[in-house]
Amino acid sequence: MLQTNLNHIESASQLNQIISENENVMVCCGRMGPMCLPVYDVMENLEDKYENVKFFDMAFDSPEAGVIRNLPECSTFAGLPFTVYYKNGKVVKATSSIQTKDEVKTILNEKFGN
Amino acid sequence: MEKFDAIILGGGPAGLTAGIYLARAKQSVLIVDQGSVGGQIILTHKVANYPGVPETSGYQLAGNMKKQAKEFGCKIVSSSKVTKMDLISDQKTIEVDGEDVYTSDSVIIASGGEPRSLGLESEKRLKGKGVSYCATCDGDFFQDQDIVVVGGGNSALEEAVSLTAYARSVTIVHEFDHFQAYASAVKEASEHPKINFILESNVVDFKGKESLESVIVKNLKDGSEQELAVTGAFIFIGYVPRSEAFKGILDINDRGEIIVDRDMKTGVKGVFAAGDVISKRYRQITTAVSDGTIAALSVLEYKNKK
Ligand SMILES: Cc1cc2nc3c(=O)[nH]c(=O)nc-3n(C[C@H](O)[C@H](O)[C@H](O)COP(=O)(O)OP(=O)(O)OC[C@H]3O[C@@H](n4cnc5c(N)ncnc54)[C@H](O)[C@@H]3O)c2cc1C
Repeated sequence: MLQTNLNHIESASQLNQIISENENVMVCCGRMGPMCLPVYDVMENLEDKYENVKFFDMAFDSPEAGVIRNLPECSTFAGLPFTVYYKNGKVVKATSSIQTKDEVKTILNEKFGN
Repeated sequence: MEKFDAIILGGGPAGLTAGIYLARAKQSVLIVDQGSVGGQIILTHKVANYPGVPETSGYQLAGNMKKQAKEFGCKIVSSSKVTKMDLISDQKTIEVDGEDVYTSDSVIIASGGEPRSLGLESEKRLKGKGVSYCATCDGDFFQDQDIVVVGGGNSALEEAVSLTAYARSVTIVHEFDHFQAYASAVKEASEHPKINFILESNVVDFKGKESLESVIVKNLKDGSEQELAVTGAFIFIGYVPRSEAFKGILDINDRGEIIVDRDMKTGVKGVFAAGDVISKRYRQITTAVSDGTIAALSVLEYKNKK
């Protein structure tokens, strides 16, 4: 499990349940590494501001994270973390590697509105 | 508008140290960081030269500094951008994320440095899809693949060697005919059977639709170009001071470093600077915490004299 203040997803079935029960979900799948930490930090900061979005992390090295690693939207990714945005259970955007707060906000506004 | 005894811009080792000293002196302190608190050291896998701390990870060391600053009472705001500032007036004001406004009569700038990029459009497009700035994070995506490392300093050579654990071959592309690295790092890289060198050359383009497929390398002596088929490119070409936001307000030299005196005072009353962003020769955690300490003590002296 990742040492962040975000809610953690530990299994593929938990992820599937979350995206089926929530309209807008952002999941950051990474490690406790330099490119991932800033993205978790951004998400922790945005949690209060985007009440219409559920924010989660998932440990990249867990076998269960195959549910994200093997997404077609992530097939060309070669940089941690893999960040995936789901709307009504469907992937609407995925990014690879570090993202700034502005980049994350742009996606949240574009895909989920606020 | 919330008022603080001191506002610190940047929560790396310099900013956190200044915060610890000021908060311990019963000052109310705000630390604003536009990224993650901890600064560049969270990029460091292993820190072995911080006195009193046997080998640790940069993340752990940064986490401890942050905890200490918080426990002494610093308010820390991270992932938040300074959108407006007035450093010139006696009462300095800082607007954060276009929403919150803070004021103080003293400000310490500890904005550190950031990795230099090649500045190519294709580099930006393929970031995370072959272009990387962190070997420990992304090395394992390049198992048995051919990659390039751009740069010729300690980071480039050391990371090139570490990447040989995954890659089939590592080609180091460097703009000069010699390296700016310790002799031991040069020797280790030169003797490694998986490492090749292309010197006096620059990467001028990254090619690939969905992910990196090749790089264009230009020979700086004769202008000729060659295409290298690689799926990974790691860029380690040094760090630049993060002083852009203070241009026109503070004295900044042609290397982009803020000029301070030995008490960390800038040319503007009540504004101090510390750490990697200032004009100095050696950039280490120890030198950053030293600058942060001096800046904090100078703020206290400035307040006492007011
Ligand atoms: C890969 C790597 C390995 C290293 N290894 C070592 C080592 O082993 N030992 C050692 O002693 N040193 C090492 N260093 C050097 C060391 O990390 C730096 O010297 C030190 O972090 C400098 O501290 P700082 O607080 O001045 O700046 P930084 O660490 O750069 O922190 C500056 C902070 O300010 C924030 N910021 C920037 N602009 C603004 C702004 N306008 N407003 C608000 N916040 C802002 C940034 O987000 C950042 O968090 C290493 C550096 C790197 C990159």
